[in-house]
Amino acid sequence: MKRSISLLAGAPLATRIAAGFVGFWLVLAVAGPWVAPHPVGAFVDQDVFSGLSARFWLGSDYLGRDVFSRLLYGARYTVFLGLGAALLAACCGTTLALWATLSGGMVDEIISRAMDTLISIPSKILALVLVAACGSSLPLLLLICALTYVPGNFRIARALAMNLAALDFVAAARARGERKFAIALHEVLPNMIHPLLADLGLRFVFVVLLLSGLSFLGLGVQPPYADLGSLVRENISGLTEGAPAILAPALAIAVLTVGTNLLIDALKPEDKR
Amino acid sequence: MSAPHIEVSGLTVAVGDVPIVSDISFAVQRGEVLALIGESGSGKSTTALALMGWCRHGGRIASGTIRVGGMVIEGKSEEELSAIRGRHIAYIAQSAAAAFNPSRRIMAQVIEPAIIHRIMTRQEAEAKAVDLFRALALPSPETIGDRYPHQVSGGQLQRLMAAMALITDPELVILDEPTTALDVTTQVEVLKCFKAALAHCNHGRGATAIYVSHDLAVVAQMADRIAVLLKGRLVEEGPAEQVLTAPRDAYTQVLVNAPHPVPAAPAGDDAAPVLSVRGLTAGYGRVIDGMPQIPVLRDVAFDLPAGGALGIIGESGSGKSTLARVIAGLLPAAQGEVLLNGSALPPRLEDRSLDQFRTVQLVFQNADTALNPAHSVRRILARPLQHYHGLTGAAADRRVAELLDLTRLPAEVIDRPVTKLSGGQKQRVNLARALAAEPKVLLCDEVTSALDTVVGAAILSLIEDLRRDLGLATVFISHDIHAVSALCEKVLVLYGGTPVELATRAAFNGSRHHPYTSLLKSSLPTMDPRWLDTTRAPILRGFRVEGLCPFQPRCAEAVPGLCDAVPAPLREGDGMRWLCHHSPSIKEQA
Repeated sequence: MKRSISLLAGAPLATRIAAGFVGFWLVLAVAGPWVAPHPVGAFVDQDVFSGLSARFWLGSDYLGRDVFSRLLYGARYTVFLGLGAALLAACCGTTLALWATLSGGMVDEIISRAMDTLISIPSKILALVLVAACGSSLPLLLLICALTYVPGNFRIARALAMNLAALDFVAAARARGERKFAIALHEVLPNMIHPLLADLGLRFVFVVLLLSGLSFLGLGVQPPYADLGSLVRENISGLTEGAPAILAPALAIAVLTVGTNLLIDALKPEDKR
Repeated sequence: MSAPHIEVSGLTVAVGDVPIVSDISFAVQRGEVLALIGESGSGKSTTALALMGWCRHGGRIASGTIRVGGMVIEGKSEEELSAIRGRHIAYIAQSAAAAFNPSRRIMAQVIEPAIIHRIMTRQEAEAKAVDLFRALALPSPETIGDRYPHQVSGGQLQRLMAAMALITDPELVILDEPTTALDVTTQVEVLKCFKAALAHCNHGRGATAIYVSHDLAVVAQMADRIAVLLKGRLVEEGPAEQVLTAPRDAYTQVLVNAPHPVPAAPAGDDAAPVLSVRGLTAGYGRVIDGMPQIPVLRDVAFDLPAGGALGIIGESGSGKSTLARVIAGLLPAAQGEVLLNGSALPPRLEDRSLDQFRTVQLVFQNADTALNPAHSVRRILARPLQHYHGLTGAAADRRVAELLDLTRLPAEVIDRPVTKLSGGQKQRVNLARALAAEPKVLLCDEVTSALDTVVGAAILSLIEDLRRDLGLATVFISHDIHAVSALCEKVLVLYGGTPVELATRAAFNGSRHHPYTSLLKSSLPTMDPRWLDTTRAPILRGFRVEGLCPFQPRCAEAVPGLCDAVPAPLREGDGMRWLCHHSPSIKEQA
């Protein structure tokens, strides 16, 4: 912890701003429900799409609920569900990719074709079927989002690993008698972590998109709760009036995703910048 | 004497405020060849590129004047320079393979400068190109232009690049290490062609050229004048003969009296072999009846005693590196066996024991790719210690420090990432990693080929010391015949994957050889400027016939009716064994 703080102190301004954004959202996601001034589903305003005021900091939404409170609750879903699914997808995809690359032959063939099969199933239809069968729940949503983005991550990770596995230092490790697991962990993975992180940032944005799409179909986070994406979606009619109810969550998504991607970019090794 | 054709005075190229080369001045007369010589990083390429008004890595020409045939180069805009480049100043790069577009035919690329600068019609340019192909002694000059770059050999591609440069009859040709990437035998051929073509250029008046090289012996063949660069400064410039025979500067004297490796002490008596290779055949593709689809090595055999050193030489593609990979287990052999201390080593990696892995260590050719760029020196050296010896913590740290000391690396590099090390330091880490296993057999695959002469010599003497102190048996793969004959007690010569000669050092340093070894030895350039003219151009007739002597198509001593009809016998005598119809023994020959 101490090391990461001192690391931040010496980092360029953009990195510190990005880290600030991401830290801010993590705090909000954890502490949001406790600091929210109103309950998440309460109709507290007579007016709909009202402007900024002392009582409703970010105005009210299309049903007269407090946007600020809903945003604080929504951050939790987007941050944990979105980041969680993106991380899960990246872990599964990369593990499979390393396994396929270092085993080669039949193993590679089977995993790759399985991934091709998965990629050919439309993600929304798959989600529809799974939610219909199991009922909507947060773990299921996490699983669906992760499953959808595993093949994409697998493809990228496999391409990276294939290039690395052909290099001399991997041959040196094989000639040393290292096991596949050790080669994957010590030799290949550290050299592909940065492009994978960039990929993770991209997938995170896609997951937010997918989640809001699912919410629109009534399959996502169930009302009265909503993630940031669904907040934008449900208040879409306020767009013509320029209501803060739609601008605030949209801005929130932008800040979160841009912050995440900036932070990931800043993690690149110095000599590759 | 007329005004010099090329005149550079007070040239300084800088990145920011840091000068890369400073205060360079020289002049070249029309038709002369000036050689720029120095180590990597001495600024020789930077100087040569500045003549085209080009600077790499955000550098700029900070001061000085450059005149090429009356044209002012410095201070010109990019547009004005593009009108000059390729038209009046041509450039021949080190790697022709990287300089050609693989998806276009050679002819289209060779005539491109003439077409871009609108000085010839396509027909004229093609006719001129064919003339140049003929002058450069390329095979089938009329049709070679229709091929793609991958369909010709490396030496031919280098010559085609020369044709591309010479097609506009430029005022100045810059040759940037044009033969460094080639085999010695190919180098002879290419140098001969370059020399003839440069003289033939400009309607027989000869081209003015700048020849950039690190090899003084090559330069001796080509240059009229030599300029020696050291750390961005010109230390000596003068007529080639004076620089070669009576160098004034101390650094030039070091270069001229090149440090020849001191012959190593023999490893004592004929101890039991620690590594034996018997009838080894290996290659790529599916193995059918013990023969791989693409055989690389055929029937290789040798013995290596404990503490002994075996040199393996041959051109690129002769299977030297493949042999190291087979012994290390990275490529399973199709036939034959590798014996370690008398017991057979399993051909496949999966079947080898940890101790077998430990005993045989491979040092890779290119330390840039052989060391994981994500790791620090400590992590790279600690891994084999933990893997083979179970050392961790303070014990491992102590051993890592010892290894750094052993390979003469400064202790402060320990926590540096390998990307921040110099080429020589990387190669030492590469070596230290192999030594961490405490091996019995060290396979060194071209460990000095990517390094400067001076750094390479230091690495070689280090390996030699380690061999003597630790009693390591060393297989030394190299194309540097001087180094191999000095360091190794036995030398194995591979041609096309077939061992054609196995000689003791005394025999190898003698005068009687297999014709291929003779060719390799005679292809090494010497400081004598007449060497190139007196050396025979390589010959090539027909193709290799399976079963017959593989070298027969290139052999100067082949006997018609015998060598192209009967397989070559394995003969022995006078400390050598070779595969040839000629006999190695002088007595028998008489």
